[in-house]
Amino acid sequence: MSEHRLRVENIKVKFGGTVALDGVDFWVKPGEIVALIGENGAGKSTLMKALSGAILPNEGNMYLDGKAFAPKNPEEARHSGIAMIYQELSLPPALTVQDNIFLGMEISKGWLLDRGSMRAAAQNALKELGRELDLDLPVRNLSISDRQVVEIARARAVGCKVLILDEPTSSITQQDVQRLFTLMRSLKEQGHSIIYISHFLEEIEEIADRFVVLRDGKTVGSGKTGEVSREEIVALMVGRTLSDLYPRSTRDFKEPLLEVSSLAGENKLQSATLQVRRGEVLGIFGLVGSGRTDLIRTLFGLDRVKSGEITVGSYSGLATPAQRWSQGIGMVSEDRKAEGLATARTVAENLVLSYPQSCERLGVFSPTKMSATTADWISKLSIKCRTPEQKIGDLSGGNQQKIALARLLHHDVDLLLLDEPTRGIDVGSKKQIYERIDSLACSGKAVVIVSSYLPELLGTCDRIAVMNRGRLSQAKNIKDLTEHSIMMEAIS
Amino acid sequence: MNKQAIKDWLNRFMPLAALILVYLVFAIIAPPSFVSLKNLELIVRQTAIVGLASLGMTLVIISGGIDLSVGSIVALVTVCIAWLLTAGCSPLVAAGGGVLAGLICGFINGALITRLKLVPFIITLGTLLIYRGLAKGLAHEQKIDAPLSWINELLAALKSEQLWMLVPGGVWLLALLAVLVALLLKYTRFGLYTFSIGSNEQASRLCGVPIDKVKLLIYSVSGLFAGFAGLMQFSRLTVGDPTVAAGLELDVIAAVVIGGGSLAGGEGSVLGTILGALIMTVIRSGCTQMGLSNWVQEIVTGIIIVVAVVLDRIRHKQEKK
Repeated sequence: MSEHRLRVENIKVKFGGTVALDGVDFWVKPGEIVALIGENGAGKSTLMKALSGAILPNEGNMYLDGKAFAPKNPEEARHSGIAMIYQELSLPPALTVQDNIFLGMEISKGWLLDRGSMRAAAQNALKELGRELDLDLPVRNLSISDRQVVEIARARAVGCKVLILDEPTSSITQQDVQRLFTLMRSLKEQGHSIIYISHFLEEIEEIADRFVVLRDGKTVGSGKTGEVSREEIVALMVGRTLSDLYPRSTRDFKEPLLEVSSLAGENKLQSATLQVRRGEVLGIFGLVGSGRTDLIRTLFGLDRVKSGEITVGSYSGLATPAQRWSQGIGMVSEDRKAEGLATARTVAENLVLSYPQSCERLGVFSPTKMSATTADWISKLSIKCRTPEQKIGDLSGGNQQKIALARLLHHDVDLLLLDEPTRGIDVGSKKQIYERIDSLACSGKAVVIVSSYLPELLGTCDRIAVMNRGRLSQAKNIKDLTEHSIMMEAIS
Repeated sequence: MNKQAIKDWLNRFMPLAALILVYLVFAIIAPPSFVSLKNLELIVRQTAIVGLASLGMTLVIISGGIDLSVGSIVALVTVCIAWLLTAGCSPLVAAGGGVLAGLICGFINGALITRLKLVPFIITLGTLLIYRGLAKGLAHEQKIDAPLSWINELLAALKSEQLWMLVPGGVWLLALLAVLVALLLKYTRFGLYTFSIGSNEQASRLCGVPIDKVKLLIYSVSGLFAGFAGLMQFSRLTVGDPTVAAGLELDVIAAVVIGGGSLAGGEGSVLGTILGALIMTVIRSGCTQMGLSNWVQEIVTGIIIVVAVVLDRIRHKQEKK
């Protein structure tokens, strides 16, 4: 047993009625890199939370160096030697590199901080990682890749045994990926265990010794990288053939509804030209930070347009989100909590928020009518909730997302802008959303889907355009595209 | 009724239960005069000023904001009314002018918050000083005596021939406006938007909610209600006093918070706020009747505020489970 640094046996986690993890087993040895693979919503993040002490599993055991390991909080997990490096890096941006490395375990002399010793130790830590960084620079001035190095140095300073990296390469350049891999290999040689979470199978083949596949909260397979083909891994991840998950009726394209030419925004968006026709589903693929979300936000009037033209049917020119809604455009945000939904309010209020006029009687807002309308959508979309008056924050991610989509359906918009519409939701809800998108296209609506998950785009869209460093490529018919060709365009 | 429905119902009536509890405690430990009808009327009358201002604050807090300037607005309004009365205006014009001054102050708050895109805390901290300064300047740093008029009866004890009114006009005004604001919150688009902005401003923006317009209206209404509170304050004082109601904003905020309003926004109710305001007056009255000094009242009120918020937090945690 003790040859395993960390061992997880039959872990189960339930949130209320939903089962997030339903029996997960895996282990990692000292000096080994294990890749954890799975679709969004497969349970990877829940598993990470259990390992890092953020949640307590309902069932199952974990062992660290052969001893039972059940961290009650993140501190305990950290001090036992589990270090998490999240996709969204969690360094206080105003603190310097040195202060970040020692945050929470400062070296002190009596009551005073021992800055001298910390400086030496920090320099040493970075040297061991083979990187040189200015210790006095606030981390907000560092690139994401350098911030990762600070996080890793920080993890080592606590004496971490198991390092967990969550999608570390999704927002860094190819060159930085290689530098990170070099770093990971040297950590591995020093006997650290690394759990590496990623979507990119090429990277996993390159860096990991073994892989473990999660699906629907269960471990569904594992093996040595190199011994199993990519197709087999994908089959394990998806667990079903693509046509089951992505329905596709024959679609009939009509007149263009949205035309965009050389659109540039204030932030990452450099140049985008596209056209969407009624009856069509257009996909936009891009890695995190490529500007894909900026494009949608700029189109919808949430971010300012710097130059370029947007034409929606007979309207052209700038518009506020309110005006976009009245032009027949609706948007689902990629970030449900921060921008998509008012989580402290009810299901009903969230559903009608863009269109409260629909629940008015003689100019007076009618809560009864709002409830009735909502109850209707709840049953149409088979949303699981007790009443329309339930707080939307209490619902599962999938059901929340269905409400976010139902807002657009209720508003009966002609063009739906969906930013990561299936992020972090269960497979069942995903399937329903894909079906809904297909039927919307068939009824003559136009849909734009932004996603970083290729199978989803290939499964639902008619054409796909790729966003890379703020520039949108020309959309191509999916018949002329493969996962590989799209990915090449996105990272070149 | 299922378990959840009972829970919801209990939650809604927690401030009411707290009010009854506080009242009963004083009924037992305070002298018998505490439970007299006369004292009950006094409690209601004393609640009017804080109550009126807290109606506007309820909207502000639900929308995730704060209005620190209401105390200063009240002082400015009393000065305006006294000044208008001494200038020979009719009481109605003077009262209207005072309330209008409150509305304008609120409008300025809203305009600054939405135009300058600064947090309400900073803007209203600034206007707290500005309006107070204006009041002092206008009154040359002294009280303005004004001729007596019907305004002074708004919050005075009822004379024997007025007993049919049950409570004085000012209290009726509070009740009427409370019902109006409650209806406004539930049965208008403005109410829905107020809650949604407080719960998630970004999501509201995405949904096309006219955020700036709604905020402007919210702070204007808050100023308007501070204007009504100022009118009641004048009724009680009979003079225009530029130093009155210093720190009133804290009582007003406390009333909203005790009544279940969340400073993080998205939550709060008119009924809760009124009960919160009553709880504070009951404590004050009970302590006075028992001959306890001001400092005891302050400590007790402080404890109640903290306990109310802690209970609210516990309730939220339970809901999440």
